[in-house]
Amino acid sequence: MTIAEIYARMDYGPAPEDAADARAWLAQHQQAGLFIGGKFVTPRSKAWFDTINPATSKNLARIAQAGASDIDAAVAAARKAQPGWAKAGGHARARYLYALARLVQKHSRLLAVLETLDNGKPIRETRDIDIPLVARHFYHHAGWAQLLESEFPAYEPVGVAGQIIPWNFPLLMLAWKIAPALAAGNTVVLKPAEFTSLSALAFAELVIEAGLPAGVVNIVTGDGRTGELIVGHKGIDKLAFTGSTEVGRKIRAATAGSGKKLTLELGGKSPFLVFDDADIDGAVEGLVDAIWFNQGQVCCAGSRLLVQESVQDTVIAKVKARMQKLRVGDPLDKAIDIGAIVAPVQLARIEKLVAAGKAEGATLWQPDWARPKEGCFYPPTLFTGVSPSSTIVQEEIFGPVLVAMSFRTPAEAVALANNTRYGLAASVWSESLSLALDIAPKLKAGVVWINSTNMFDAAAGFGGYRESGFGREGGREGLYEYLRPAWERRAKPYSAITPPSARKTRSHRTQGEGESLPPIDRTAKMYIGGKQTRPDGGHSRRVSAADGTLLGAVGEGNRKDIRDAVEAASKAEAWSKLSGHARAQILYFIAENLSARAAEFTQRIAAMTGATKAQARREVEASIRRLFTYAAWADKYDGAAHAVPIRGQALAMPEPLGVVGVVAPDEAPLLAFVSMAAPLLAMGNRVVAIPSESYPLAATDLYQVLDTSDLPGGALNIVTGARDVLAKTLAEHDGVDALWYVGSAPGSASVERASIGNLKQCWVNYGKQRDWYDAEAGEGRDYLRRATQVKNIWIPYGE
Amino acid sequence: MSSGAAIHPLARPEARNPGMMLDRGVLDALRVNLSASERRAATLGARRTVKKEWQAAWLLKAIACMDLTTLSGDDTPGRVERLCAKALRPVRQELLDALGCGALGLTVGAVCVYPTLVATAVKALKGSRIPVASVATGFPAGLTPMAARLTEIKVAVADGAAEIDIVITRAHVLTGDWDALYDEVKTFRAACGPVHMKAILATGELATLRNVAKASWVAICAGADFIKTSTGKEPVNATLPVALTMARMIRAYHQATGIRIGFKPAGGISTAKDALGYLLLMNEELGRAWLEPSLLRLGASTLLTDIERQLEHLASGRYSAAHRHPMG
Repeated sequence: MTIAEIYARMDYGPAPEDAADARAWLAQHQQAGLFIGGKFVTPRSKAWFDTINPATSKNLARIAQAGASDIDAAVAAARKAQPGWAKAGGHARARYLYALARLVQKHSRLLAVLETLDNGKPIRETRDIDIPLVARHFYHHAGWAQLLESEFPAYEPVGVAGQIIPWNFPLLMLAWKIAPALAAGNTVVLKPAEFTSLSALAFAELVIEAGLPAGVVNIVTGDGRTGELIVGHKGIDKLAFTGSTEVGRKIRAATAGSGKKLTLELGGKSPFLVFDDADIDGAVEGLVDAIWFNQGQVCCAGSRLLVQESVQDTVIAKVKARMQKLRVGDPLDKAIDIGAIVAPVQLARIEKLVAAGKAEGATLWQPDWARPKEGCFYPPTLFTGVSPSSTIVQEEIFGPVLVAMSFRTPAEAVALANNTRYGLAASVWSESLSLALDIAPKLKAGVVWINSTNMFDAAAGFGGYRESGFGREGGREGLYEYLRPAWERRAKPYSAITPPSARKTRSHRTQGEGESLPPIDRTAKMYIGGKQTRPDGGHSRRVSAADGTLLGAVGEGNRKDIRDAVEAASKAEAWSKLSGHARAQILYFIAENLSARAAEFTQRIAAMTGATKAQARREVEASIRRLFTYAAWADKYDGAAHAVPIRGQALAMPEPLGVVGVVAPDEAPLLAFVSMAAPLLAMGNRVVAIPSESYPLAATDLYQVLDTSDLPGGALNIVTGARDVLAKTLAEHDGVDALWYVGSAPGSASVERASIGNLKQCWVNYGKQRDWYDAEAGEGRDYLRRATQVKNIWIPYGE
Repeated sequence: MSSGAAIHPLARPEARNPGMMLDRGVLDALRVNLSASERRAATLGARRTVKKEWQAAWLLKAIACMDLTTLSGDDTPGRVERLCAKALRPVRQELLDALGCGALGLTVGAVCVYPTLVATAVKALKGSRIPVASVATGFPAGLTPMAARLTEIKVAVADGAAEIDIVITRAHVLTGDWDALYDEVKTFRAACGPVHMKAILATGELATLRNVAKASWVAICAGADFIKTSTGKEPVNATLPVALTMARMIRAYHQATGIRIGFKPAGGISTAKDALGYLLLMNEELGRAWLEPSLLRLGASTLLTDIERQLEHLASGRYSAAHRHPMG
């Protein structure tokens, strides 16, 4: 076309990025192999597969398929390197991480082009978003390495981390995994996704160039089979996975009881809320960044558009006009909005879900221009006429497909936004700060962007609620995922206590009075919704004293009692809405009333456990102190205002998890029970607790204390009975958001395995004893951290 | 003055803007989010780019849309005549030939001067199709008595100005007196008569993008044919977020009435890259029609030299120097 013709038409021409350097790199790395122990090695499996450019369907290189002995070698290399890496100290690690950040910048264009060739995402994104964020992540974590000893004095590295990352942001996800792991003193075995291994292999060369000790970073390529080998490997202490909820669930099940620390970054169906007082043009442009960023293959993509009814027509018209202007094509072209879908299998999945949407009667709209015929491309797509029950509203599509629905009121907007199994991110558009800041805390999502979308930074944690996974990446909150409290190493094995079976004669010892009259029968029931309720099954179990005499009876709880308790806890939302100060007052009040009855509790503990009076007295006193501790914390466990690179703030707010199950151990039956329930209550959770099976009376005696302390009904519910059986029911319950279990190793495994239904966060002791009197092991910030989940609210501002 | 190429359908003069009643409900509902606007403005240039032949064509279009301007206290007839000569032949003929565009009949969009120099410019441009634009109404601050401001318009029109660039009273915006602003612009428009009117909002003095949006809307409703960012004398002149905000008001008016309003960024546009940024923004936010001088003008004085250098580089493959291109 001549310049004069273009002058008349004024259209866009090709603007290709120069890929010569990347092609030269590829020519030298046709079979790079695995990066183990500081060098590239040929896979012992001798298996290879092709990696293709999804924009052209042409082969780029051969990638090694790591087998069992390869993973053994990688884990062994990481294990060998780990003590030295930890011992090198924060400053030395900071130097290495700083070097990696610099090297990423120095080779930024090669990495960007390679990523685009391998993944199909536009060069504009790899160049302007992915690679700069990679460098930023290493810089930020170089800083954490430097500060580690002073900021995390009671923690130590977890050990060897196995990391499995997805194909949508290959190098960025690598950075999110490797940077915090290394900063904290761990060594890693990382597996990139099989579609996108190249940038990880290029990164391995930077690891060599930075001079990292051999074995600190190991990169093993392969498909899901390789992933399974990592997940199942006994030599790995920590697993970090980003990917689909389906695979996340399998990993949770496979690692249950293994003691491997686990973070899961899973799927989403994130809402994008537009209120009638929003900057509508701004919001529509935000939508482009929300769902047509990275071809919509983003776990936090704003894929559910929720628009206030009064502006619905305007918004939809503007969205369509904007979609018409999007350009789909060669990802190496600098003027392309949407590149290629990563692989034919993903394209097929998108097409299948779109077909399902059409079959269910939803109205599909696509721009009238044609998509490229060669390669894996899919046009931007909008569905209207859908409802929450539509398949395409519920399922994560992971493609450039948006579904739109309307709402009438802010309350309805929140209800629709939260009507999903996921909880990764949300975007709220309104020019009313009071409205936006009212909505943000009500959304069940780990990240909320106000008047913005898809903003990421190393200083702000990222991660989901609900079935979007658990754990955070980035910021201080992300670092904890690669650390563990130093006391855990010192913990002794847990042993359940089996008191002698009760003789049928009633002991008068605990009655203490009424020598001439028979004692009044006292059978503890369940404590559900603030009331004592009879066990559903109509059975009770005897509780015997240390000497075998009968002390009393408690209800024999069953599934339905657990169901009722969770129901009551779910309804007790008022507790979560109380101010920290108000919760503190009630916890102090519980402590006060417990103190008033200290003698009675002392006697009870002594009778049940056989402890001396002094020992029992000490436990009661420690319990009162512990209640004071968490009453004190209730209004002090603040969030943070992260220093992210925007004009604005990212507020990291600790929020309650919701309904949390507590399964208390036998040792220190009162103190352990209080130590688990109190931090959860202090942070605004509603608790369903199963007390010690052998010594339940320490908990059931609390009913009257709770009743007299103004604790709202349903905030703390207690179900007695066969502990590990009830624990499993609790773990399986989809209405329970998290579970704390202290007990046996098999019990720990059982609850972790049972938790996969809704992927609830489990904190279990893997059969290690906890010293409840120890200030580090028995109480403190770690409990508060686990009693909350961090929501990062991004608030850009300016007028 | 050859005119080899036919006028592109989109390049024909736009219908005059009849204006519309000011609806306070619409005005009060206008919302602009600064961060979102900045993000769009910042990424637009990364989402779209033109290379090689396309870059040459787009730069030639920038010249066609240029209001070649001199608005200095030391302007003289001689200075204006030199500018007009440049306006007629903005790019060396041999360079245009090398680009295959020798027959385009390329000129700038207009020459823009102070009212007292209109006659000089009209004379210098006689026989061409290049309109003379005159600033008026107490440019740049707009704080002279209303009678004087109207007189300026009348004198400039009488001397042959085909376009009048008026300035608004910023105080009306800053005090939220939208009715006063509406009346003022309407009065100016009436004084312009058949002559096209551009309303300079002086956005660098309007403090917020929301004010920019509202002032744009009011000026358009009052009958402005173009809205223009700046006089070039404010501390901050044309910026992409401001241009984005104004473009979106133009779009809203077009959607509501079918009338197309022109846009003129001015001040500080000195590089070819800056100019392309505005063209890309127009194309993306408003569409192809806004890439013609009938709907887009770039107010600039030094921009042309940089564009010429880029064109020479595209034609020859060598980087060019300013002194190789005739001064304006």
